[in-house]
Amino acid sequence: MIGRKQFSSLALSGVTIAALMVAPCPLFADTFLEPAGQIASDQRSHLLWVTGITMIAVIPVFVLLPLILLRYRRGRSGATYKPRWEYSLPLEITMWGVPLFLVGVLSLALWQSTHKLDPYKPIEGAGPPVNVQVVGLDWKWLFIYPDLGIASVGELAIPVDQPVAMTLTTDTVMQSFIISSLAGQIYAMPGMTTELHVMADTVGAFEGENTQYNGNGFVGQKFMTRAMDTADFDGWVQKVKSDGVALDEAAYGVLARQSSQEEAHKGLASGAMPSDAIWFTLPDIHLFHKIVGRYHTGKPLPLAAQPGTVEFSAATQEAAQ
Amino acid sequence: MTYQDIFGRLTLDALPFTAFIRAPSVNEAVASTAASIVVVGALTVLFLLTRYRLWGPLWRDWLTSTDHKKIGIMYIVFSLVMMTRGVIEGVVMRTQQAFGLDGGFLQPDHFAQLFSTHGTIMIFFVAMPFVAGFINYVMPLQIGARDVAFPVMNQISLGLTVASGVMLMVSLVVGKFSTGGWSAYPPYTGAAFNPGVGPDYWIWAIVVSGLGTTLSGINFATTIYKMRAPGMTFFRMPLFTWTVVCSSILMVFALPPLSVAALLLGLDRYLDFHFFTNDLGGNMMNYANLFWLFGHPEVYLLVLPAYGMFSEVFATYSAKRLYGYTSLVIATMSIAVLSFTVWLHHFFTMGQSALINAAFGIATMLIAIPTGVKVYDWMATMYRGRIRISVPMIYGIGFLVLFVIGGLTGVILANPTIDYQVHNSLFLVAHFHNVLIPGVLFGLLAGYNYWFPKAFGFRLNERLGRRSAFLWIAGFSLTFFPLYFVGLMGMPRRSFSYTDPAFVPYMIVAVLGAFCIFSALITILVQLKVSIKERDQNRVPIGDPWDARTLEWSIPAPPPEYNFALLPQVRERDEFAMAKIEGRAYAAEGDYEDIEVPKNTPIGFVLCVLSGVWMFALVWWIWWLAALATALIILAVILWTFDIDNEHVIPAADVRKAHEAWLEQIRLTKPVDRDHEADPSNQGLAKTELEG
Repeated sequence: MIGRKQFSSLALSGVTIAALMVAPCPLFADTFLEPAGQIASDQRSHLLWVTGITMIAVIPVFVLLPLILLRYRRGRSGATYKPRWEYSLPLEITMWGVPLFLVGVLSLALWQSTHKLDPYKPIEGAGPPVNVQVVGLDWKWLFIYPDLGIASVGELAIPVDQPVAMTLTTDTVMQSFIISSLAGQIYAMPGMTTELHVMADTVGAFEGENTQYNGNGFVGQKFMTRAMDTADFDGWVQKVKSDGVALDEAAYGVLARQSSQEEAHKGLASGAMPSDAIWFTLPDIHLFHKIVGRYHTGKPLPLAAQPGTVEFSAATQEAAQ
Repeated sequence: MTYQDIFGRLTLDALPFTAFIRAPSVNEAVASTAASIVVVGALTVLFLLTRYRLWGPLWRDWLTSTDHKKIGIMYIVFSLVMMTRGVIEGVVMRTQQAFGLDGGFLQPDHFAQLFSTHGTIMIFFVAMPFVAGFINYVMPLQIGARDVAFPVMNQISLGLTVASGVMLMVSLVVGKFSTGGWSAYPPYTGAAFNPGVGPDYWIWAIVVSGLGTTLSGINFATTIYKMRAPGMTFFRMPLFTWTVVCSSILMVFALPPLSVAALLLGLDRYLDFHFFTNDLGGNMMNYANLFWLFGHPEVYLLVLPAYGMFSEVFATYSAKRLYGYTSLVIATMSIAVLSFTVWLHHFFTMGQSALINAAFGIATMLIAIPTGVKVYDWMATMYRGRIRISVPMIYGIGFLVLFVIGGLTGVILANPTIDYQVHNSLFLVAHFHNVLIPGVLFGLLAGYNYWFPKAFGFRLNERLGRRSAFLWIAGFSLTFFPLYFVGLMGMPRRSFSYTDPAFVPYMIVAVLGAFCIFSALITILVQLKVSIKERDQNRVPIGDPWDARTLEWSIPAPPPEYNFALLPQVRERDEFAMAKIEGRAYAAEGDYEDIEVPKNTPIGFVLCVLSGVWMFALVWWIWWLAALATALIILAVILWTFDIDNEHVIPAADVRKAHEAWLEQIRLTKPVDRDHEADPSNQGLAKTELEG
């Protein structure tokens, strides 16, 4: 049997877990459990709702199992023993019926919420959507604002209460983009585009990140989403326009090669930029389409032209010298 | 001839020791230690085999054997060796993350190799061979057969699986394993982004072991379809055998997509094809589809036999018929079919329309229905029984409680809406460990304690068995429940470090749990050692130590080479239980006949070695060796076909003599009741407490 010492260590760990569970809420900062937008908020309610409904099937196990084990353990006198009992129609109906009913209810909710919260579905908000083109690089995210002629790395500024329509791709391996406080994640893949619509309903800063492992710098591939009111957003755009560096081919080469955001910052940013962001102006507003289109020429793309490869890093470093 | 012509891309730099000598660090020390353990372990085994002159017996009794029982045992031994490595890797990863706030002691690529090998090993070289081992050992006995349908193919399947597992071990010493996770998603694992040997090790290990598993599936299914004892209709088969039917079907249909996906990736890497590259129309989404077309049925391939084992355990230790046999069969079959309709839920986030996501989400939740029915059926099996809380039952009870939590989080994840948030997070990692550890592993460990005396003729130590069961349950809970929370707090899986101090307390609890799991594994090994030492007090030669219900318990322990001296006549479900109740067990009369059994053959071992050489040569681009190994493989198979004198006959007189000696022993043995189940007096003859 289990020793007293083991038992006390178990009990201690149990208490620790319980304490952690009731610990104050900031634990869930930057996640959908503390939502800053309607979609994340709906996702949280859906989680709680599904958990609640499923409990109807789960709790009987927790309640009945100990009772059965206590009552029908061998050697306990007076308990009924029915060794040949193997079928009961009412029980069969309950066993199949209850899960069937619950799954039916859950499926209806699943159908509705999946359609309602489809990341491809445009969101209604005050004003027209802000278009952002997102490019996943090793190991940073590039945000292009094609209508505003600017781009940024490490910082995604969005106006509050205004929908943001994102189109995503990568210029390296597959990645997955998430701003948990606002909405769920979507994969970004080279040569292809995916879409994500989000809207913040409070001013604030929320962390976003890549969740798909893509090499050594993976854990550092995070950024801040800054939701600001319209005036602040316009101010931010002006600042980026005046302080940003041109995202020309050379700058893109430095940005796109395998490096952490800090390294890219060192190579590209000016003193006017914040320490966690790089600002760009956009000489070519078709940059995003060129990035996607490069993989569709029908001709092989040399490794030296594929960001994320060792060959690309070498080629861009050579070009810089 | 140049160096490359002879050694391909293999150089001294491939050894971790070289890197450690050049630039010593904790990271390199861990790598070198791991490599040393493999080398020293292999040398120790070779030394001991020589020291105790075991090469002959090893060759004659094991490596060349075609006996399904011995092959089954070899599968399980292999799986336990690999499990030791997998668990240690898990502990190292948990330790890294416990210290992972802004750093830790491992380099990110080393951590990535750890999660890649841990996943690959635990699925393909622990869970699969453990399951295959049990199926091999138990299934033919349960259906009253004398062997599997294709004994030599069985040996070859084992050989291919072991060779692939050895490749994983070799990758620890020579070169580096893949950093692309157990699912090896391109383009990350493509030649452009990962030109090293890592993904190649993964590809060939998967292709070759996948071939072995496909062959196993064909073998098991054919055995059940064709070789059941007289009277063993489908609806009289024990539930474990039913789950094997489903699992075999899954092996036959689910493994090929994986082999194809891995081979296409191999073509990309070796011959510059463009199935999954970024340019020239390559599309990694096709890989994801093919991989999970295998990956999801795989989960059920593993868990269904575990369900079968639990079904046997709950019925036996409740001294009662399995409740809802028909329901359980229907549920098992439903799960097997549904498992092929849900693969897309592994990538809800890849940009499909809401309609497609909703359809696959609902299909996924449908699986919760038959699974829920199973859980209730097992509880109803215990209801109005006489429950004995033995070691397998502790695993069973732990399974029921923990598995429904895994089911709950499974239903949660089936909702695309929520999956968009927790996909790729530690919540997901906690979920699949929650179904694989309490579901698959607890089932296998329950089966290990349950069937061990059948295989080796003596019971395992009960006290240590209980201790390890409790340690597994506690270790699992401590390790993985905190990960659910860290996942909800937003920590992506496969992160070697993090910057949020809020994760730290959870990670510390998790690492304590990991050490708990490690001591559970050690306890199992100690239990084995102690039990071997005390084997003379725990022998159960008559073969029925648990007052059990199915045919495998009606023969001696360990069973003779031919399993059944007289083929059983099956009259009803739970044939042996009914025979005991009706007093017709251990009948003496019958027509003894000459029994043909397959002779030993070295072909499985030869193919094991040659396929190992073949894989190694391909990984390191040693083309002449790969060509030579290919030629030798073809030659070996052709030569083997000339060996047509491949069966030997055990004369009826010998069979009768051995059987009558056993029956005589039964007459001299005192039956024991269930109060003395764990006593030395339990020699495997049950004073049955079953009632009609």
